[in-house]
Amino acid sequence: MQAAKELLFKMADDALIIGHRHSEWTGLGPILEEDIALSSMAQDKIGHAFALFTISHEHFNDHDADTLAFQRNENEFKCCHLVEYPIGEYDFTIARQFLFDHAEILRYELLAQSTIEPLARLAKKIHGELKYHVLHANSWIKRLGSGTDESHARMQAAFNITYPLALGIFEEGPFEVELKDRKIFAGEEVLHRIWEENVCELLEQAHLKVPEVKNPSIGMGGRSGYHSEFLPALLEEMTQVFRLELGVEW
Amino acid sequence: MVTEVENKIISKEEILEALHHVMDPEIPTLSVIDLGMIGEISIEDAIARVNLIPTFTACPAIKFLQQKIREKVLALGFINVEVIRDDSITWNTNRISELGKKKLEQFGLGIPQRHGGNFSLEDIENSSCPHCGSINTTMNSLFGSTLCRSIHYCFDCRQSFERFKPL
Repeated sequence: MQAAKELLFKMADDALIIGHRHSEWTGLGPILEEDIALSSMAQDKIGHAFALFTISHEHFNDHDADTLAFQRNENEFKCCHLVEYPIGEYDFTIARQFLFDHAEILRYELLAQSTIEPLARLAKKIHGELKYHVLHANSWIKRLGSGTDESHARMQAAFNITYPLALGIFEEGPFEVELKDRKIFAGEEVLHRIWEENVCELLEQAHLKVPEVKNPSIGMGGRSGYHSEFLPALLEEMTQVFRLELGVEW
Repeated sequence: MVTEVENKIISKEEILEALHHVMDPEIPTLSVIDLGMIGEISIEDAIARVNLIPTFTACPAIKFLQQKIREKVLALGFINVEVIRDDSITWNTNRISELGKKKLEQFGLGIPQRHGGNFSLEDIENSSCPHCGSINTTMNSLFGSTLCRSIHYCFDCRQSFERFKPL
């Protein structure tokens, strides 16, 4: 079923790529607790990607998770541009994490009612884990947004870049109608609307402005395989060990 | 012939007993039984099937545990043992047994309180200290040394501690 696979892939690719980005903080976190937090979230995200690929493998006759993660070409990836950007400084990583995880937790909330049973089950499971990710982001947005002049200015600058990119999360694919009709997923439009409400309220509480989006095409294309300039290098690095000797058992 | 292997009959209870000795590699005093990770067990034609309920989605121990369970149950005398990942049950920390919680505290970890399926921020932040029992504690970090732990601090005995976090 093409529609379900499309949904599984974009979710799995988002999780895999942002998980890879988070893992780049391992050993570099600004304080030990944050090093641990980003590394733990990376582990969660990559586990979520694995579980989503496994649904595609077991229920939709697809390749196994490793093949899907490591042996596709760039244009077969369906992740959004937001997750592809380099980690930047901590403000950028936290702003991105905040915008992404608020969408993620809502998506799984909606998917808990999906007619694809293994996905609905997984959604319920992952939802609890994502609470920790969302709380992590919320507490930093609040502290840094209403902290010093410098922390506030840095967070605002980070949101000015990440917010327009985050709209690419909700880029619609060719199967939106089918997904809704078959009650697989409530759709990107619904998700976008609730996300916007939640995110705007929290930004306001943190004394941050919701950036104006001047160019709505920014951050779009990922869902149809057109990516930012940053994805090729990431894939090159991510698959390096896998490609050393194909098919080897580790 | 059904459950008879080498002229002895192996019951489900014996399998359960064996599983008490399969320990979580990250908390070695806690067994898969204490953690509530064991689902249905069935025996047919000298083959045992054990359902294993995974904890955190990204828990790296699951393959290791499947292997350990297989070894332990095979040692009872079965011809084959299948350890099946059971995703039909959503694991949560309410599944940890009372004995399991005691063992967690003895190991030095704070314990997750029971919740109604939907745990709150207070559930996450409020932990009693595993060292002195005080509830005068604060959470320092949502993430700890393994996926299932958070980091806390006790104002009374002035010690940091980790806690098995509610899920």
